Amino acid sequence: MRSGVEAAWAVLEELTDPEIPVISLRELGILRDVRQAADGLEVVITPTYSGCPAMGQIEDDVKATLARAGIAARVVTQLAPAWTTDWMTEAGKEKLRAYGIAPPHQTPAGSNVVRFISKPAAAETVPCPHCGSARTVESSHFGSTACKALYKCLDCQEPFDYFKPY
Amino acid sequence: MSAAIDYLLHLADNALVLGQRNAEWCGHGPILEEDIALSNVSLDLIGQARLLYQLVATLKGGDCTEDKLAYFRETHEFRNYTLLELPHHGPLSGYAQSDLDYGTTIVRNFLYSALMALLWEALEKSANADLAAIAAKSLKEVRYHLRHSRDWLVRLGDGTDESHARVQASLDHLFPYTQEFWVQSPAEAAAIAAGIGVDVTTLRADWDAIVDAALAEATLQRPAVGGYVTEGKRGIHSEHLGFLLAEMQSLARAHPNGVW
Ligand SMILES: [Zn+2]
Repeated sequence: MRSGVEAAWAVLEELTDPEIPVISLRELGILRDVRQAADGLEVVITPTYSGCPAMGQIEDDVKATLARAGIAARVVTQLAPAWTTDWMTEAGKEKLRAYGIAPPHQTPAGSNVVRFISKPAAAETVPCPHCGSARTVESSHFGSTACKALYKCLDCQEPFDYFKPY
Repeated sequence: MSAAIDYLLHLADNALVLGQRNAEWCGHGPILEEDIALSNVSLDLIGQARLLYQLVATLKGGDCTEDKLAYFRETHEFRNYTLLELPHHGPLSGYAQSDLDYGTTIVRNFLYSALMALLWEALEKSANADLAAIAAKSLKEVRYHLRHSRDWLVRLGDGTDESHARVQASLDHLFPYTQEFWVQSPAEAAAIAAGIGVDVTTLRADWDAIVDAALAEATLQRPAVGGYVTEGKRGIHSEHLGFLLAEMQSLARAHPNGVW
């Protein structure tokens, strides 16, 4: 007999992001934990960007998935520690690339503000997810969503999104 | 408790008012990429405001909600810096073909983001754990706002004669409003005493360094400041905030408790 925690993980495992439907919430690091609290099961999610419009949908999707499986659980939103793209799994990053989104680099060590701005955004190579070329340029800091920047490949000429380190 | 609430409202109102201002570019950006960028910056700011209002609502208890704080307070109850409520026409008032001057938008976002990048970084150590958590998230976001506005500041300043003159005029117009950053309000003093807030004057040298380096790269002159120091964070606002709030609050007030 499986525990409630295992059963919840099993149904939530495949639940994907509403905006990037090839990657699961677990691979993105949004689904943080399923735990047995004193008064029932708790599913812990963490928001990505503060204003990410998908968060409401994600919470609804989690609740609907649990309800469909007949699992009673509370969804808890937890801010700390703050979500980071470093939590994205390697398998998840590979799925992003296959989908045409360049996966995020590791976040720079330390969060020192003065160092962050002095380093040009283009200093790091972002390989093209279509042809693999390293000859790419950033066309805009913000792409189709706050979490992505817009890039262009100088070899295959295709534009693409880069999931920014957060 | 009250020290925390007043301070959180100052931070939240800053984010909401600038988020609302930047959102005025949605559908009107000078180029598509910038339209999208400003909308994304707005989303981040409004998201930060929501987290802060939710925290205030929890602390206040009763029937207080984030929506009540955003939509049902009056002008004098808002605690944002005056800088953030000014219209986008900036120094071109009466001359601009449009009410939206992108140089003014960029200069304001740069001056504010430079401050908030430093302030959120310092607030990660706030004695209020919930505020520290919001600060950690907001810091990740404001660094991109700072990078975006700084890049455009350099591009416009070190651009054509026209873009240089216009962005210098925006800078001359907006820079005096930054004096408000450095004059402590009673709410800030109380929050600092409680270990919740940060004394922004301790961040001034770093802010100056960020600003001066960017202005030098942009070939812009740092304006001399003096004269009247605005007091938006004490609830004493320019005539512009009322119009901004009227537009932002009208829907919620016409349909209280509306759901869709
Ligand atoms: Zn390519």
